Amino acid sequence: MAIPITLQQCSKTFADGTRALQPLDLTIAASETIVLLGPSGCGKTTTLRIIAGLESPDAGGKVLFDRSDVTAVPIEKRNVGMVFQSYALFPNMTVEGNIEYGLRVRGMAAADRTARVKEMLAMMRIEPLARRRIDQLSGGQRQRVALARAIAPRPRVLLLDEPLTALDAKLREDLRLEIDRLLRSLGITSVYVTHDQAEAMALGDRIAVMANGRIAQIGTPHDIYFTPADAFVADFIGTMNRVRGVVVGGRLRFPGGHVALANGSAAEEVMFRPEDLRVVDESSAQFRGKVVSAFFLGDHTRLVIDAGSDAMLVARIQDRSRFQPGEVVHCAVDPQAVLVLPPASL
Amino acid sequence: MPRRSPNFWLLLAFTLSVCAFLIVPVWMSMLAGVTQNYFVGWRGGLTLDWVSKVWTDYRHTVFRSIQIALACLACTLVLGVPLAYVLARKSNALSRAIEELLVMPVAIPGLATALALIVTFGSFGELRTSWVFILIGHVLFTLPFMVRSVLAVLASIDLRTLEEGARSLGASFGQRFFGIVLPNCRAGIVAGSLMVVTLSLGEFNMTLLLHTPLTPTLPVGLADAYASLRIEVGSAYTLVFFVIIIPLLIALQWASRPRDPHAVN
Repeated sequence: MAIPITLQQCSKTFADGTRALQPLDLTIAASETIVLLGPSGCGKTTTLRIIAGLESPDAGGKVLFDRSDVTAVPIEKRNVGMVFQSYALFPNMTVEGNIEYGLRVRGMAAADRTARVKEMLAMMRIEPLARRRIDQLSGGQRQRVALARAIAPRPRVLLLDEPLTALDAKLREDLRLEIDRLLRSLGITSVYVTHDQAEAMALGDRIAVMANGRIAQIGTPHDIYFTPADAFVADFIGTMNRVRGVVVGGRLRFPGGHVALANGSAAEEVMFRPEDLRVVDESSAQFRGKVVSAFFLGDHTRLVIDAGSDAMLVARIQDRSRFQPGEVVHCAVDPQAVLVLPPASL
Repeated sequence: MPRRSPNFWLLLAFTLSVCAFLIVPVWMSMLAGVTQNYFVGWRGGLTLDWVSKVWTDYRHTVFRSIQIALACLACTLVLGVPLAYVLARKSNALSRAIEELLVMPVAIPGLATALALIVTFGSFGELRTSWVFILIGHVLFTLPFMVRSVLAVLASIDLRTLEEGARSLGASFGQRFFGIVLPNCRAGIVAGSLMVVTLSLGEFNMTLLLHTPLTPTLPVGLADAYASLRIEVGSAYTLVFFVIIIPLLIALQWASRPRDPHAVN
């Protein structure tokens, strides 16, 4: 049932001449969930809309569903399910009516429709809302209805365009779990667009980080986090510390001390994650810095340290030490955790 | 019962006097239509003779006006709703210009529009002497009211995304237009219809020039009655007009009430 999707050399130039998408190749495996992640204007929504059939790629671009070319097939005939940020539920219909709509326009028999609607209501746990009007629903309920409506006709592909952006934080997390459960149980090929990296990490089998109309890196959440391809990806996913200095004897020296470099590296800028910055005894310290602020967040403490480099360093301390602003701390970073990255290639 | 402040009574008195200012002339006019002699007043006795005289002499103008109003409604629905849809979907300089141009017949005096119509189409066979000629004028005049009120509703809903949602579910253009677009701009269509029917029924300026002695409408007949007959006849005519238009307004208001979507399914 699940099908692979292939984009070949898909670019998009809008009528006003803006190049929203550089020629892009992307292969999405059957039943894979791919997340298109990036800041606004990076081309992620355009990519999704090209897959959906709401935009057509510039001449030369091709969209394949299961090896058949659907570039010229309009969205009505592509059999995709789509979930919108603004829900796009039909205000003139009840919850049931909305879920049933896709089945009705396809001419499904009434008895089958009723059964399918019931199944969808149960799957999204919204049975009590069946007869409600759309304007009587909360945001979270609306998005559940939108999901139910999108999957009711058993589409070949599920496309989600920032489905959780309009919801508040707590609800977003609940619904994220719900969507994860749904995507796993359906085993449907899905494309999920978001600018929220936590959503991307939680839901994506793979993440495509996009910037300026290109894919900057594509890989598993693990790859993207631990081996970012360039400084843009590293900065966009999680928090990164950057240190600039001069290389002296295999070490990067900067005013607060040094960071050990992996063998042979001559990089003048390195990056490392806040959780890789350790506060250590003076004897094993590589550099020292002054605590600018310390936020105790329950499960960890977030330190902002001034070590004399261009930017403040952020540390994520898991133990129960207490820190005071102004205090001098001694720090070390494992050479394996030090990343040397090319600058953003775009 | 809570004590009302002096302000409340002041406002109530003001509201009632404004209402009286508006309603009393209407009431006086309607009363004049059933008095035996206007100059003696209601003490001189009440009669329905004037009303029945109006009904015998002018009933054809009433039917013609209703016919024109309904035909005008049909035309503005068929032309105006799709036009509003296209204008809502395409917002460029051209569509804005069309929107502005549509209002011209409202801004220009009706007499001028009527003259232009006569100069242009007056020699087209039977058209000049047909009620359809009046209809053309009324459609020109009322179309912007239909387009504007549908457009206002379409602008308030995210039409593009709603349609994209319907398309993703496999709906063809026809299924989308009749199943999604029309039901969601129902409030605008009803409000527009209300305007179109009442404006067409009461239209005088343009109709004065467009009608022929064989095709007078209700307002033209009313002017005729006031100008050439007793004031009681004119007033009785007003009474007939009210009797027709008020149930019509109530019916249209009733049709525009928010509908229970449960009834739809």
